[in-house]
Amino acid sequence: MASRNAERFAPLILLLAILIAWELICRLFSVSEFVLPMPSAIAVALVEFAGPIMTNAWRTFWTTMIGFSLSIVVGVLLGFVIGSSRFAYSAMYPLLTAFNSVPKAALVPILVVWFGIGAGPAILTAFLISFFPIMVNIATGLATLEPELEDVLRVLGAKRLDILLKVGLPRSMPYFFASLKVAITLAFVGTTVSEMSASNEGIGQLLLTAGSQSRMPLAFAGLVVIGVMAMAMYELFSWVERHTTAWAHRGQNAS
Amino acid sequence: MIEQTGMSAAVSSYAGDPFVDFRDVWLAYSSELADRGEFAVEDISLSTREGEFIAIVGPSGCGKSTFMKLATGLKMPTRGHVSIAGQAVTGPLKIVGMAFQAPTLLPWRTTLDNVLLPLEIVEPFRSNFKAKREEYAARARRLLATVGLQGYEDQFPWQLSGGMQQRASICRALIHEPRMLLLDEPFGALDAFTREELWNVLRDLWTTQRFNVILVTHDLREAVYLADTVYVMSKRPGRILAKREIELPRPRDLEITYTEAFTTLVYELREQIGSIRKG
Repeated sequence: MASRNAERFAPLILLLAILIAWELICRLFSVSEFVLPMPSAIAVALVEFAGPIMTNAWRTFWTTMIGFSLSIVVGVLLGFVIGSSRFAYSAMYPLLTAFNSVPKAALVPILVVWFGIGAGPAILTAFLISFFPIMVNIATGLATLEPELEDVLRVLGAKRLDILLKVGLPRSMPYFFASLKVAITLAFVGTTVSEMSASNEGIGQLLLTAGSQSRMPLAFAGLVVIGVMAMAMYELFSWVERHTTAWAHRGQNAS
Repeated sequence: MIEQTGMSAAVSSYAGDPFVDFRDVWLAYSSELADRGEFAVEDISLSTREGEFIAIVGPSGCGKSTFMKLATGLKMPTRGHVSIAGQAVTGPLKIVGMAFQAPTLLPWRTTLDNVLLPLEIVEPFRSNFKAKREEYAARARRLLATVGLQGYEDQFPWQLSGGMQQRASICRALIHEPRMLLLDEPFGALDAFTREELWNVLRDLWTTQRFNVILVTHDLREAVYLADTVYVMSKRPGRILAKREIELPRPRDLEITYTEAFTTLVYELREQIGSIRKG
């Protein structure tokens, strides 16, 4: 039980230790605020600019969520297609891999031409950067079906759709939730990157402005906000994962 | 001896139409393989009486699983003719239940829901599954009770031992009351004691329900203990080399496995397998 508690608080303790060490190093070596602001200075900036930070954070949050929702829909559909058909897999996978390796930041200028400055490019960048892991995981879950089980069901007259719905889809759920955790953090990266060059609002824009004005504590405060939002969403999806697909994580709590 | 049994088979199939009827069946997995003359099974002919329990033994990779696919209609023969229950096989046979060495239960479903799975798929149960769920669940519980799984219906498969999972897997194969049960090395992964327990479970199910059984195994004692007739298959390409009727009296229990008649039969089959492996 004691070790259970220690495990739960370990991240907090580690964070605290890092912050203290950071603060101490900055103070001991009198590191300039333009190079690396102290945690305390970042905290001050967070409070001082709470208003604008909140506005921009909200903007980043909802654009990310829209992009992320798109990537769930598209990722699941594509994953379904690729995972259930060998032909679709061999036709689409190489192209999708090639697409995935294109740096998404490079697409932002193109998106700006198409959709103008604003939420459009941010949403789309978040979507483009985050659908791939979802798609791959759904496809993997569907493709790892035991051939024996397939025989058992096919003998009974099961259609492909039956097998997909009764077996494939539930089987891919743990993969799906695992991919959501990865994808949500990527989606925040996408939004932020896009906002830095194609928006007048959002944390990305705040970072850029703060940087250009050499207000390093504010820039770091922006980073903290992004980190906290991504972590909160990650934890939310882990929670959902634990409560919907407990059977896949039985190792941890079984006898 | 072999001739004599051949005669008795002829007599019994005379009494009624054969249930499983393979005539000169050849199967290659693709037409290129067929052109090159590479068959997975060759020239299989056998027929069984209604309600007969047959076992197919042979070295691993001998095409036993191919035989299963032919008998279930999952594969069509390249040459020859398969008919089951008097009808030519043209596609998957819904009157068949299957179980394998791996129990392949779905970990997100309880034991009961796993057993009910076939009813959600196969007609006529599928159409009224929602309406009659209670009735079907009661049927599944009765079936689970007959194999000694009462009290485990609402547990998940991963909470059960290997032997219990296999019992549940057999229940899943039987829930739609198939006329034929196909078992592909169903007890291969179990320890010796559990395996013998499950032999008796299977024996009792068969004794009360009298479905047709095709048991693929490489355990000769298992084959002799359970089956009416044992077929020996050769190495790939699989052919049926010998047919042996097991005339041990029924009901059989584990005591019989220590009698001389039993061990002699096992020994004879063992010798035949041994000569295949050398050859």
